[in-house]
Amino acid sequence: MSAQASSPEITFQPEHASGTKHIWKTFWLLSALTIVELVLGLLIYNIHKGENPNETLVLAFKGMVCILTLAKAYYIVSIFMHLGDEVRNLIMTIIVPLCLFVWFIAAFLWDGGSWKNLRNRYNRTEVKIENVAPAARENGAKD
Amino acid sequence: MSTAAVQQGTKWWSGGKSPFNASYGKVMMWYFLMSDAFTFGAFLISYGTIRFSVNNWADPNYVFNSFPFAGHANLPLAFVSLMTFILIASSVTMVLAVHEGHNMNRKGVEKYMILTIIGGIAFLSCQAWEWTHLLTGEHVALLNDGTLSILPTTVKTNPWGNTVSHEAIAVALQNTPQNQLAAIAGSLHHGTEVHNVAAMSNAELIKLIEKADLHASQTGPIAFGGYFFGITGFHGFHVFSGVIINIIMYIKTKLGHFDQRGHYEMIEKAGLYWHFVDLVWVFVFLCFYLI
Repeated sequence: MSAQASSPEITFQPEHASGTKHIWKTFWLLSALTIVELVLGLLIYNIHKGENPNETLVLAFKGMVCILTLAKAYYIVSIFMHLGDEVRNLIMTIIVPLCLFVWFIAAFLWDGGSWKNLRNRYNRTEVKIENVAPAARENGAKD
Repeated sequence: MSTAAVQQGTKWWSGGKSPFNASYGKVMMWYFLMSDAFTFGAFLISYGTIRFSVNNWADPNYVFNSFPFAGHANLPLAFVSLMTFILIASSVTMVLAVHEGHNMNRKGVEKYMILTIIGGIAFLSCQAWEWTHLLTGEHVALLNDGTLSILPTTVKTNPWGNTVSHEAIAVALQNTPQNQLAAIAGSLHHGTEVHNVAAMSNAELIKLIEKADLHASQTGPIAFGGYFFGITGFHGFHVFSGVIINIIMYIKTKLGHFDQRGHYEMIEKAGLYWHFVDLVWVFVFLCFYLI
């Protein structure tokens, strides 16, 4: 049933589930999460199409999609990649460094937002572009 | 967790055994994947930073709304959902191959490896179609010099800016030189009775274009194409190398190498890589297509 130890350093073989039921369960779960994401994506699309898009609602839906994506990532890593079956030390050496992403994402998106604010306040090149073709710009939205 | 199977007093750190209870190769595969996660993370975060730093970004529902053989039908998210499901399905067949490997069932491993390889090739084909569609698909855009032109989506330019009003289009048409008007008229009326657009005068061309209810956008954020093609390309390269690795694993299975070795751990390691590719796609899907 179970394979021989692949390396002499291995103390024990983790017990692998004999059936494939948990794999298929994960597959259906991932598919369901993806379908929910698509529904949310289409909702965002329809809100955007409307006259005055409700930005708060769009942001809330986008946040939900992000959370669903993290859930999908958890199931792929834990079940498909069998990280959940490994010993705690190995799990920790993978997961703890990835916590850097919390800072990484927050700091850099914040930086991007700051750039936008500074640009909108001080950068006047867009006005120059508008001077090139005033007629065409009249009704075109700002960039 | 299966740690419970080990007796209480196991001295993990006294040498002679892996404290992680995993072979060197598998531990290193995990660390490689972790570093690769940071590479992809850095790309995606850089994309996010640029996207946060400009006032407008291309709306994915307008950029990615086509489907093979569906002509000009507006189908936002449809094709990329298909690609996502292909990759999830190939991830399942991969984990089933690993499962058969645990059971030392060579025929089962072969079957599921073949299915995984087919899934990977299908995904790459979809991506090739999507890239071709973006690089050759041409949309009318209002350039900064006030003229209209037709633009594809490349790393240098794209037509995914704000929509231009009909009044502004009418003004811009007057500024647009004859050769660009002819190109626009040709793209709007291809397949119809109009053949000699190159020989027509500006006024005739404008009349022809206005008959067709022209839609135009401003040029989009310059960084869009670079990030899209760069990141999906880097991911596609990972899928491609994953397919190559899987083909090698299939051949080695077929030759009985793993039966001789007594275990199918190589399939597990290739599987880790393949699932990682699926994992990255989940985030690429989120960042480029959903939000």
